Formats: sequence, structure tokens, C-alpha cells
Amino acid sequence: MRDIHRISVTVNGRRYDREVESRKLLVDFLREDLGLVGTHVGCEHGVCGTCTVLLNGESIRSCLTFAVQADGAAIMTVEGLARDGQLHPLQEAFREKQALQCGYCTPGMLLRAYEILQDNPSPRPEDVRKGIASNLCRCTGYQFIIEAILDAASRLRAAGAVPGSARREEVLP
Amino acid sequence: MKPAPFAYHAARTVKEAVSLLGEFQDGGRVLAGGQSLVPLMNFRLARPSHLVDINPVEELDYIRRADGVLAIGARTRQAAAERSPLVRDQAPLLAEALGWVGHEPIRHRGTVVGSIAHADPAAEIPAVALALDGEVTALSTRGERTIAAADFFRGPFATALEPRELVTELRLKIWPPGTGYAFLEFARRHGDFAIAGAGVLLHLGPGGVDQAAVVLCGVGDTPVRARRAEERLLGHPPTPEALDEAAEAAVADLTPPGDVHGSPQYRRKVARAYVRRALTLALERARRGGRP
Repeated sequence: MRDIHRISVTVNGRRYDREVESRKLLVDFLREDLGLVGTHVGCEHGVCGTCTVLLNGESIRSCLTFAVQADGAAIMTVEGLARDGQLHPLQEAFREKQALQCGYCTPGMLLRAYEILQDNPSPRPEDVRKGIASNLCRCTGYQFIIEAILDAASRLRAAGAVPGSARREEVLP
Repeated sequence: MKPAPFAYHAARTVKEAVSLLGEFQDGGRVLAGGQSLVPLMNFRLARPSHLVDINPVEELDYIRRADGVLAIGARTRQAAAERSPLVRDQAPLLAEALGWVGHEPIRHRGTVVGSIAHADPAAEIPAVALALDGEVTALSTRGERTIAAADFFRGPFATALEPRELVTELRLKIWPPGTGYAFLEFARRHGDFAIAGAGVLLHLGPGGVDQAAVVLCGVGDTPVRARRAEERLLGHPPTPEALDEAAEAAVADLTPPGDVHGSPQYRRKVARAYVRRALTLALERARRGGRP
């Protein structure tokens, strides 16, 4: 029995209409059906966080939501961070601070960091530490990741890109 | 792994959800936040043949105050409850406990009521429901019934719910102004399930403690309300000795499970220590008029 549903989702600002089997996880839909392989599959039970995407502006585990449930939703994946060939300041900071080793956790870390800075443009180191507790880095490179997120925060503040109030819309460049 | 095949049904209203569940005999499961059910399906520990998704049921997304209780609808996300000023004012024990539930990305999807219906013995929200004399509304095509939290949790992941019933609402008793509260837990990493967790409510009157609730999670087959600890506190001044004895009484009858994270003896020690710390914090807050 294949239970097929027609869905329409907006991913990184682009609309996709597709047919999906009900048991297809959102992360597998993004990777296999849309070819957006930046989002990684890790533990498949919500522990590791590498599959983190933003669903209607909020971070979720895309391994714990079915694609069919995303019908009508707006999704942002790691591919949505860079604009016009320019890396996002978070990506720049991750590169410069060497905040990735094997890179497996990076897409989830970047999107979680994006949300942390949207909620609080001036986080203290402990806020970042607590915030990324949701995401595992198996290389244990947390210190550089925290430094990169703090560095990105100051870049974004300097660029005036982050408004004073926390908002869940697309406010970062 | 990936989930076994199933048929997906999006319910738009409570009526639709209940009627769908009625159709599928015992093969239907409610899909709320999915933060516990979907991992079980990914590992094929759960293989429902029909999923009734209540995420589109807007009418179940609410937090209301009515008749001395706080009512929370079945689609209300944990993150929404955690941020709700109403929850912070009227049920701060729940707000504090929610901070221990998984991580923010989990709480963005996970629901308060889903955690009750899932009935993980290590989960925080079921213990809070016991402390706040919670009750749930269970609805099916056969009718509606109210189940007290004290009767709801029957064992690990086992509840008084019948197949085809949908929990539509959780109600929590509002304690008087000035009540001190505390929810603390110990886990290997923040966000993991608790090795032991403790929740305390204390209200002070002229003669000492005049209302008390002490609950634990992670220490047995179900969340536990420690009545003997409450009896030790009630009617007495909250001296350090009284709190020590209450903490001891809270764990005296426990037979916690032993596993790779700790032996039964270790868990009982951790539980006693966390009840004691929660009692101290709740007392400090009661003396500050219930402020955090």
C-alpha cells in the first residue's frame, strides 16, 4: 500500500508541488525529492540535530516531521543562507573560526545559530552554549562553533542587520 | 530506519479527528507533535496503520484560565506554553518544568498534552499534572469523559485511555498567589530524559506549610506523587529538619529502575537530593511571595 498525497511547500523562497508518500520524512523529501542535500540525516530520532530546518520560522527536527505535514509551509534549509553568491555572515564566521571539522553537524548548527541570533542579537557566551545544546558535534568542536556564532553576532550588529527586537521573520541578510 | 507504511489523515476539526479515530478500530494513532511517536515509528517500534494528524486542528491550540484551572488544548506546543504569560503566572511549575523538556527545536513541535498521552515515566509534564491535580478530557464517538491525572498513568507508556479516544484538553489546578514552586532534575546532558526529577509546590500559612505537593519523575513505572512527604510538611513550620525528613519520605517507598545510567540505589539518592533542593528553592520562593 502506498499512501500518496499531493503537497505544496515553499523552500528557501521557491515553491515546489510534489506527490509524496505519507511515510516520507521531511528530511528525506528535501534531499531525495528536491535535491537539497545540504540538510543531513543523522540519528533519525531527534537527538543529534543535524537535520534542523526552520519550519515557518522555527527550528525543528526534519527527521521527526513527515513531508506531508509540511503542506502549505515555508521551510528554510542551509541552502537558503547564502544570497547572490555571498556567504551569510554566520557561514563566513564558521569558515574563519574553523567552526567545522568533519562538517556533518554544520547545516543544523548554522540554522540553530540563525534562530538563536534572531531571538537574541546580542547573546552572551552562555546563551549560545545553552542554545546549541540541541545539536551534537561528534568532533566535539563546540568551542570554535560558539566563537563563530558570537563573531557572527557582532558582524551582524555592526552591519545593522539585526533589529533590536527578536522577530521570527526573515530579517537577516 | 524509516517508518513502515501507513495511511495519513489530516483532521481539521475535533469532530473530524474523533470520527476518523472511530473508523480505524485499534489501528489508528493520534499524531500531535510527533516528537516521541515518530522516533518510535522510525525504529519501527510503533507501526500504526493509520495516523490521524491533529496539527491542523486550530481549535485545540489554546491556553485559558477558567474556574480555578488552567486549560490547555491538545495542539498547544510546549514552546508556546513555556512562553505564555498565563502559564508563568498561574502555573509557574509547568513553565519551569517545560525548560527541561528536550530542547527548543523539540518544544517547537512537541505538545503539552502529547507528553501526557505518551506517558513516559521519565517525562516532566506528567509529574507536573500530578502535582497540579490535573485532569484530562478524553473524547471519542462514544462520548466524553474526564480522567484525573492520578488515575491516568498506569505504567510505562500505558494510560487509562481507550483505543480511539482523543485527549482534547489538560486542566491544571491554579494554586493560590504566593505559592512557592520548583522543578529540578538531573540528566547526563541537558535535554536527555531525567535520571530523576522533582517538582515541589509549597504554600505558607500562619502555622507553617498549609499546602504542599511533591512529585517525582524517572524513578518508577509512572510519575509519582509523594503523599508521605507532603504529610510530613503539612501543618508544620518548614524547618531544615522538616525538609530533610520530607525528602527522605519522598523516596522511602520508591523502587527506581536500574540501568546503564545508574543503579536503583543511586537513583534513589539522586531523587532524594533533588527533592531536597526543590524544597529549598520552593520555600525561598514562597517566602518571596511566589516570585522566581
